[in-house]
Amino acid sequence: MKLSQTETPPEDCCEDSNHRLHKYLRQETLPTTFCVGCGCGTVLGAFAQAVDELSLPPEEIVMVTGIGCSSWIPSPYFKADTLHTTHGRALAFATGVKVMLPRMKVIVIAGDGDIAGIGGNHLIHAARRNIDLTVFMVNNWNYGMTGGQMSPTTPQGALTTTSPYHNVEPPLKAAELVAAAGANYVSRWTTYHVFPLAEAMQYAISKKGFSFVEIIAQCPVSYGKMVNMRSGSDFLNLYRDTSIRIEQARELSEEELVDKIVVGKLVERDAEEYVTKLYQVNSEQSAHKE
Amino acid sequence: MPGPAGVVQMDKASYEQICRILGEKRSFLQGDVACAYGALLAGCDFFAGYPITPATETAETLARLMPRLGGAFVQMEDEIASIAAVIGASWAGSRSLTATSGPGFSLMQENIGYACMSETPCVIVNVQRSGPSTGQPTEPAQGDMMQTRWGSHGDYEIIALAPNSVQECLDMTLLAFNLAEEYRNPVVVLTDGEVGHMREKVILPEYDEIAFTARRQPTVAPADYLPFQSVDESLVPPMATFGTAYRTYVTGLTHKESGLPTTDDAVAHTRLITRLVEKITRHRVELTRVEEQFLDDAEVAVIVYGITSRVALNAVRTLRQQGVKAGYLRLIGIWPFPEEKVRQLGERVSRIIVPEMNLGQLVHRIRELVPDSCQVSALPSIGGRVHLPAEISSALMTDRKSPEPEGQHHV
Ligand SMILES: Cc1ncc(C[n+]2csc(CCOP(=O)(O)OP(=O)(O)O)c2C)c(N)n1
Ligand code: SF4
Ligand SMILES: [Mg+2]
Repeated sequence: MKLSQTETPPEDCCEDSNHRLHKYLRQETLPTTFCVGCGCGTVLGAFAQAVDELSLPPEEIVMVTGIGCSSWIPSPYFKADTLHTTHGRALAFATGVKVMLPRMKVIVIAGDGDIAGIGGNHLIHAARRNIDLTVFMVNNWNYGMTGGQMSPTTPQGALTTTSPYHNVEPPLKAAELVAAAGANYVSRWTTYHVFPLAEAMQYAISKKGFSFVEIIAQCPVSYGKMVNMRSGSDFLNLYRDTSIRIEQARELSEEELVDKIVVGKLVERDAEEYVTKLYQVNSEQSAHKE
Repeated sequence: MPGPAGVVQMDKASYEQICRILGEKRSFLQGDVACAYGALLAGCDFFAGYPITPATETAETLARLMPRLGGAFVQMEDEIASIAAVIGASWAGSRSLTATSGPGFSLMQENIGYACMSETPCVIVNVQRSGPSTGQPTEPAQGDMMQTRWGSHGDYEIIALAPNSVQECLDMTLLAFNLAEEYRNPVVVLTDGEVGHMREKVILPEYDEIAFTARRQPTVAPADYLPFQSVDESLVPPMATFGTAYRTYVTGLTHKESGLPTTDDAVAHTRLITRLVEKITRHRVELTRVEEQFLDDAEVAVIVYGITSRVALNAVRTLRQQGVKAGYLRLIGIWPFPEEKVRQLGERVSRIIVPEMNLGQLVHRIRELVPDSCQVSALPSIGGRVHLPAEISSALMTDRKSPEPEGQHHV
């Protein structure tokens, strides 16, 4: 990812201003700074699609992001109130926003390193509270922005710049963790599954309580350079060939699932949401305070 | 209704409701509790925190009282999350607070820098305890004076106030909320384990004694609004909070007036940071708060703050009774540093003693400001031990060129 925008954008880069989703973007920030073949653009498209399908006015959305390429998916491109925060802390910032503005949709998009690594504790506790936030964790199996170091989701055995001989750590199953912690909705998709992904995003946004979609997305540059998968399609082929629906996965043993990407809905519940309960305490207290 | 920032009055019904919840107009409270009261009287409607001695009573008080006033109390998973939630809540339009002590304050530093960079009003009460590290959890200290000023990376300014009594814990916390809004900056209330835990009489301010600085809202349409552009001498831009259809973009990255990032432009960075610093330093005089006693004819003086000032004033009074021309300057506003007051004093007296509950922090700033003709000596006391009046009076009487008195060491 290049952070500077000193080059003039190619003439046709954001030409299609009639595109249905174009209106959601901050025109002055285009083109995006994502590398060629990066999955981040696909996620941005799927997200805008989800918002559009919901007819959700952007004025009713607050985007909260962390630090990393994935955090740049909505920020600065998606035109809503946006809090681009510090590395790992998006969920904690989002908690303050949601508690004080419960009428807004508060949506977090950030990377695997951000949300499951440095921010892992916030993830567990936000899910446990079941606070009405929507979280899209873009899992590209590495710290992309800093040049491809191993992250908590890097597959065991993979080469990265900080596991140059091979990664000895097993990856964190972030979606399963969030499901176990108490979230109301958890699913996992990849950038190969664009339509189900957009649908899941749409569903997650409308679902009350903590909703979490893990999006496996390619980083052909920082990650790809080390594992010799240098184009976006190398990854899309891999996602196609190794993904398996959760319904089928349930029939398989743990060994059979090694190296498989399990996609679909992991959990859905209707447990009561945190902010509602917090304000219930208030109304009980103000009822018999005097 | 959008309008310029200004001191307005809190609506009377809210004031009366808060007073009803707080109870007696005169009461006997702990400093930490008084901070909570001050926050509520300032209209604080969001608190996020994590338990830590000796600051926990602020959280406990607010946990009990905020729900009855319709505010939100949230116990977060750590202090990093606490300050993050406080900043998020501020952008959601609330007057937000956290309270902590050394270890938690250290954890907050990255996000305090974020609050400065993103110009987010918020208040942090730091009930200082003895460090470093876990140190002496129940013992008071003044070890975070410099961390408050320089604890986050990069160039920034912060506002900090140091109360020395339980009443001032209330008054300063209340004031902190107004300053946070006026300057769009985090404000730190620097108490210590002694002030935080001692009990004293507190009188709740009357309705017309309370100023209420409302957040300055933009007056232009969303399309014309630049959230980080100063529009007047104050250098403080109006702040469109989230949910007001301005679609404000906020980042900790170096940004343009629009808020959008610009990360490799030295000119833009210099312009932004210069404004962030100047919006505080330009108001140094307005932000100067000191207490001056016996200074008119003083030949030697003590510069002091927080709990130590109570002892120092006692020492100065005793010396005066003995005919010694000793003076007393108490710093209430710590940052931005009250340079002029200190400089002027340094020009008038031959000796300044700086008793601090650390091994010498503000003494360095004081030395930078006074002429060579004035001798400045630190008088440290650490380990949770508040100075004795006799130590301060004897230091005031000791010419540094002469041998040091027993049991005392000047830094
Ligand atoms: C406190 C802190 N530590 C480290 C960094 C450096 N850093 C910036 S982005 C990043 C990794 C981001 O990884 P991820 O969240 O997975 O996002 P990606 O770039 O892969 O999309 C790191 C470590 C930082 N900005 N802040
Ligand atoms: S470094 Fe990787 S994640 Fe970042 S923009 Fe490039 S391809 Fe995308
Ligand atoms: Mg990543």
